[in-house]
Amino acid sequence: MKYKAFLIKYAEIGIKGKNRYVFEDALCDRVAEKLAKVADGFEVVREQGRLKVNCPDVYDYDEAIEQMKKVFGVYEICPAYVIEDASWDSLTKGVGEYVGERYGNTPHTFKVEARRSDKSYPITSPQICADMGEYILNNFSEFKVDVHNPEILLYVEIRNYAYVYSDKVKGLGGMPVGANGHAMLLLSGGIDSPVAGYMVSKRGVTIDAVYFHAPPYTSERAKQKVVDLAKLISVYTGPIKLHVVNFTDIQLAIIDKCPRDELTIIMRRYMMRIAEHFAYEKKCQALITGESIGQVASQTPQSLIATNAVCTLPVYRPLIAFDKQDIVDIAEKINTYETSIQPYEDCCTIFVAKHPVTKPYLNIIERSEKKLTGTIEALVEKAINETEIIEVSE
Amino acid sequence: MDNAATTRVSEAASETALKIMREDYGNPSSKHIKGFEAEQYIKKSAEIIANTLKCQPKEIIFTSGGTESNNMALCGAALAMKRSGNKIISSCFEHASVYSPLISLKDFDFNVEFAPVDEMGHIKLDGLLNMIDDQTTLVSIMYVNNEVGAVQNIAEISKAVKAKKSDIVFHVDAIQAYGKYRINPKKEGIDLLSVSGHKIHAPKGSGFLYADEKIKLRPLIYGGGQQKNRRSGTENVPAIAGLGEASREAYEDFDQKIVHIYSLKKHFSERIHEVQGTHLNAIPKTINGNSCDLDINATAPHIVSVSFDKIKAEVLLHALEEKGVYVSSGSACSSNHPGISSTLQAIGVKKELLDSTLRFSFSRYTTMDEIDYCIDVLKELVPIYSKYTRK
Repeated sequence: MKYKAFLIKYAEIGIKGKNRYVFEDALCDRVAEKLAKVADGFEVVREQGRLKVNCPDVYDYDEAIEQMKKVFGVYEICPAYVIEDASWDSLTKGVGEYVGERYGNTPHTFKVEARRSDKSYPITSPQICADMGEYILNNFSEFKVDVHNPEILLYVEIRNYAYVYSDKVKGLGGMPVGANGHAMLLLSGGIDSPVAGYMVSKRGVTIDAVYFHAPPYTSERAKQKVVDLAKLISVYTGPIKLHVVNFTDIQLAIIDKCPRDELTIIMRRYMMRIAEHFAYEKKCQALITGESIGQVASQTPQSLIATNAVCTLPVYRPLIAFDKQDIVDIAEKINTYETSIQPYEDCCTIFVAKHPVTKPYLNIIERSEKKLTGTIEALVEKAINETEIIEVSE
Repeated sequence: MDNAATTRVSEAASETALKIMREDYGNPSSKHIKGFEAEQYIKKSAEIIANTLKCQPKEIIFTSGGTESNNMALCGAALAMKRSGNKIISSCFEHASVYSPLISLKDFDFNVEFAPVDEMGHIKLDGLLNMIDDQTTLVSIMYVNNEVGAVQNIAEISKAVKAKKSDIVFHVDAIQAYGKYRINPKKEGIDLLSVSGHKIHAPKGSGFLYADEKIKLRPLIYGGGQQKNRRSGTENVPAIAGLGEASREAYEDFDQKIVHIYSLKKHFSERIHEVQGTHLNAIPKTINGNSCDLDINATAPHIVSVSFDKIKAEVLLHALEEKGVYVSSGSACSSNHPGISSTLQAIGVKKELLDSTLRFSFSRYTTMDEIDYCIDVLKELVPIYSKYTRK
């Protein structure tokens, strides 16, 4: 069957009052960007609480659906059959064609749902349901009506033209990227941080990212893995500016001056500081991390106090109460898991102490950090100045 | 410094390969003149190689490289002889392309045993001979170990093995040996010999298996019956011709080339002691602890294995990389799978050094200046990187 249109339904952004156009425009743009990859000539328009996609004559249906399924803010996609002339005879003929092509005359139960946004249409909605039902019963001997549990729910919508649809493909939900500000993701090569970025982006937040590498302790392949991960989530989040910070000298200075069991905490505090620097530079409203309570020593509630203390921006931690397996499940769903588990060392693990502190006191950490005064400032400045920015997109 | 991983394709080999890709690109099975011309390249290549091994051209089967040659030899011979017996013996420090096919043969009811080696990387012959029973059909031994450069006395092992059971088929993985040693399979009692092209300045995707004409092999790849049904698939003519050229070059002025590579190793082995906390592996030491007294029959001319105190091999590897020196930790083929090298364990390298060992390997293009540069860089880097370690 050739669908000339898709109806895209959205759930949450319908309640946004006067800001609604911001969300709808963002959704229109994101859907149009994705469909441009499928074929030329798709047209995405706003239409009374939903989007309508007008399709070109030639395109790959499955590919179009797949692309729209990757857009945050899409609640449901309904492939629709368009009937240009909504007059009753033309309408019944069109609906008959649709049912014939889509299902044939095979045993099914059905129900008609009609909506008439063109209130000047001479027949009321309940009447359309009844009359259309009768028409189908007359033309498809195997069809039976079931108003409570129909196998086919046949939607007929009448505007200055009409469309009919019965299929619904679930989208991702959430809100369109670009509708809710901008945040800076601390992206490591692990399983959690790509998932965290995905989840925040799903709420409509535009994302850029920071990665800390430590050559020669971490390899070019470890860096490529992070670029690959950014690329994988950019399928959902849109283009990401990945800031690659050389963290080696800072890390070695911390090893030289501070107690080894506090290394990871102090390192993370510097990571947050540098990430926040880039966040302000990019006019972000938040940082994002993949931290989850108690997963490792640096993610205990006490450790989180210590890392959080250096930030002035809010830190979004969408995985904070997630079990590891639940995070893995999402990573698998968004296709980052396989890349995340490639065995390259990252800078958090190379010098990690056998027994790092799990309940650091902020004042003790701050006291240890004072020993870095005089050396660290120049190293941080150098790391920031020499940061490489990689534009990543799918 | 990573020529045991791969080598630069020589000019002659690459020019030949390029000419075939651009001009003489016929399918060797085609009946017309273009096919004939392509076939001639293969024939000529087989003749050159046969000449280096003092065997017949028909005993050369071209493959996609060392891994395929080893698979073809082991699976092909084991399956062909299954009626006579089901026991295969190898050594405990073989390359994965020997080890893995042997393990997979266990699924086909083969019994596989691995003979021990001493700390110089030489097979303990008694141990090997004791494993031979009346079910044993195949013995596979590597000529030069890829990680530490230990060399086996192949002729002696083969003779002892065949003295114990005369119908045993003797396979040799010569991937690190061909081009570095004069190999005469007929005299050394070698029935099957695996070679890879890209280790000897030929293109990747080239290699061959020498198979004595009396040896039966069950093919691994079926199809159009190319190479006398032993390996179907249109022959990779550019790679095969490149391999022929590279083989010819390898054995041209052979002694002079080997003396050069060997002098690099001697120089490297002498100077490495200038770097703090280093240990040479699988090289016999003289009384004063210096290891310049090398025996080419015991240790290969192009491979040196060095362990470093208190440095993680991969860190030093990446630090060297920043200075333009490329080396391997473990063998490049198995470096993707972090895990401790079974070769190093087999030769008794201390546990704390297993993860601190690098392989330096040379080619005829390597210069003495490059060796000196490498040592100088190590002298600079090792003190820095041994300072920061995991606690």
